[in-house]
Amino acid sequence: MIEVKSVYFMYPTGVEALKGVSLSIRNGEFVAVMGQNGAGKTTLVKQFNGLLKPTKGDVLIDGVNTRDISVARLSRKVGFVFQNPDHQLFSETVEEEVAFALRNFGFKEDTVERRITWALNLLGLTEYRKTSPFMLSGGERKRVALASVLAWNPKVVILDEPTIGQDHQQKETLRQFIVQLNAQGKTVVIVTHDVEFVAECNPRVVLMAQGQIVADGEAKRILTNQDIALKASIVPPQITQIFQGLADLGLPTDVIDVSEARNILIEYFEGERSKS
Amino acid sequence: MSVFEGFRFRHVSSPIHRLDPRVKFLFVLVMFVAAVMFYELLPLLVLFFLPVPFVLIAGVHRQWLRSLRGAVFLATFLFVFNLVFGYLSPSTIPYGMSPPEYASAMLLRFLVLVESFSVFFLTTSPDHLSLALEQSHVPFDITFAFTTAVRFVPVLAEEAQTIMDAQKARGLELERGNFMKRVRNYIPILIPLIVSAIRRSLELAEAMESRAWGAAKKRTNLYVLKMGRGDLALIIISIILLATAIYVRNFVGPLPSISMLLPK
Amino acid sequence: MPIIETEGLTYTYPGGTKPSITDVSLSIEKGEFVILTGPSGCGKTTLCRCFNGLIPHFYAGQLQGELSVTGLRVSEHPIYEMAQRVGLVFQNPENQLFALSVEKDVAFGLENLGVPRDEIRKRVDWALQMTGIEELRERAPHELSGGQQQRVAIACVLAMQPDIMVFDEPTSFLDPLGAKRIFEVISELNEKLGITVILVEHRLDLASKYADHVVIMDNGKIVLNGKPREVFNSEAARLIGVGIPKATRLWQMLQENGVKLDGVPTSSDEATQLLREVLKT
Repeated sequence: MIEVKSVYFMYPTGVEALKGVSLSIRNGEFVAVMGQNGAGKTTLVKQFNGLLKPTKGDVLIDGVNTRDISVARLSRKVGFVFQNPDHQLFSETVEEEVAFALRNFGFKEDTVERRITWALNLLGLTEYRKTSPFMLSGGERKRVALASVLAWNPKVVILDEPTIGQDHQQKETLRQFIVQLNAQGKTVVIVTHDVEFVAECNPRVVLMAQGQIVADGEAKRILTNQDIALKASIVPPQITQIFQGLADLGLPTDVIDVSEARNILIEYFEGERSKS
Repeated sequence: MSVFEGFRFRHVSSPIHRLDPRVKFLFVLVMFVAAVMFYELLPLLVLFFLPVPFVLIAGVHRQWLRSLRGAVFLATFLFVFNLVFGYLSPSTIPYGMSPPEYASAMLLRFLVLVESFSVFFLTTSPDHLSLALEQSHVPFDITFAFTTAVRFVPVLAEEAQTIMDAQKARGLELERGNFMKRVRNYIPILIPLIVSAIRRSLELAEAMESRAWGAAKKRTNLYVLKMGRGDLALIIISIILLATAIYVRNFVGPLPSISMLLPK
Repeated sequence: MPIIETEGLTYTYPGGTKPSITDVSLSIEKGEFVILTGPSGCGKTTLCRCFNGLIPHFYAGQLQGELSVTGLRVSEHPIYEMAQRVGLVFQNPENQLFALSVEKDVAFGLENLGVPRDEIRKRVDWALQMTGIEELRERAPHELSGGQQQRVAIACVLAMQPDIMVFDEPTSFLDPLGAKRIFEVISELNEKLGITVILVEHRLDLASKYADHVVIMDNGKIVLNGKPREVFNSEAARLIGVGIPKATRLWQMLQENGVKLDGVPTSSDEATQLLREVLKT
């Protein structure tokens, strides 16, 4: 679905943000692009909807080269939810906001109506349909931005740092929502440095450092690998840190989830108890 | 944007950069006054080439030329306008110059202005400038507004780009459509930009208050502008320039002009 | 006497239909490292704005109740006076830096106070050193990374030598490594200089190991107030939906399954140690 072939990208300022990145994302995958700020994560995902075009190499979306198609047309397939919803909100009502993209993409008015109702319902925003988006709280504005992207039903949804500024409950709700989206067949790509959040979803992780991909695989395997963590300067999940400290006692070190940790420890204790 | 390139400050240091902005401004003012005193070609040419040594010492020749290039459009317009005007009412032209001569003189005058201001801005950092304003007893509110504006220009530019990207990703096509449609297409860009600027100002105000804004009637300053020997030299040059101009205007003449070069 | 004391503090923003904070009564002792947390909209940001006088002087609105900071009743003193005792570092690093060089920004507060030039110089050098950013002295704020900008913001406030420093979600825009560095700087200020710290944070995994006092708010009220271990371990914390450290959560889960550990861990190091003790026997 998304093919990145030896992509290099240099900003006009001369900074080379991507140094030979190759990647394949299939339909229906759930991918977390991770790494420190400045590693190139956002630069990479902006290649997926054509906002940035490679200086060298190619990016193919469903076989079409991003250089051969406009951002607007690509966006029809690849929806991008920006980090700061305030960079998008400008309409008088939430309804108008969600309608904006739908109208740009040429949907018929009755379809627009239906899609708005559906999207607002999905994100729990129905009561705010006629409200001005500027009157809503930060978390609600983020949901409006998300609703306005989901409304046009793109095959791929990219979320750029969706957890910033969110409290624990909001992150939980978001996590469940993303998992559900993915379960319904959407390809989901999230750009994040929130290791704990990723630990709870266990998606495929593409880890970047200094413009290159340093690891690509299951979250569990990557986040618990100390060498990789060092190379990419990431802080492992707290659970992983605990188990890394107990490695010499023979406990597994590739644990990222709290429930799994509990089970392993209980088993260990039972085992010890039966020995004595 | 290229005309602004010539005015943007570069992180370079040279003897010219280190001169007191107030003295540099005095020089620019003198250049301006001298330029306005003359219609004749020769003195204007002299004035035109006068800043060149400064430009070379400061190492800003490339940007300086760019600013001149950027001014070419307006300059051409000015030339044509004055030419037409000159032919239509030749009696208004002083010293019996021909219209082409008159238009060229006006053109040169304009260029002298542009180049002197360009050198000034190219060799004066914004904080140097704000310091000069402060020490010239401009109210601090104004100086602060100026510095903050300069500080946030790159930030706002970046934000505008992000907003454009965000709306493009929602199917907004900025390049298509007739003039009216294109203007309307900028609304989804302007509104978030303005809202963001307002929010930003609020946060800035909070931060300012929290750092004791308005505490003392007399603000002190980390830096102070001290005039050095270079500044003294430039002041002397400015005075000599002004005196020479006044002398030439009143006691030397007639000055060479294009009409002398043309066959009678 | 506590360095911050509030009694029945209630505040409604102008045009607001209900108070943002209600009946807040809190005591903070000198030198404490306090973490203030709670779900979005619980009033923690509003409370921070009360400490240095932004509320009620900058924000108008209705403020009721008592608040004294370093012995002064905040409502009776202008912000610039409170600013010398209580520093406030905000969430967005970019919007706290106004000058064209780091040095000038750090000097800003002192210039406002009319401090003589050599004293400004000394304090700027000291603040840059304490936050570890001396090499950034001449740089423009726009050239810096988020983490560097935030350290500059801290230096700017530190230069005024306040007794208390309040940090309102200072690491929101930073990655975990950047956040860790900021917490380390804050912790040093607390330990080495004895500055009372109030840190508003959601990232309890990274921050809780530094705290000796935790306050949790919900819906404008203080719901929990006490030692980190007690607060994080309580039922109320779980119900409010605060993201308690995973180490504590693990401990709770083990407890439920009959495994007893000695203390309540809030950091991975503590958890590792406690588990080690139990697993070895």
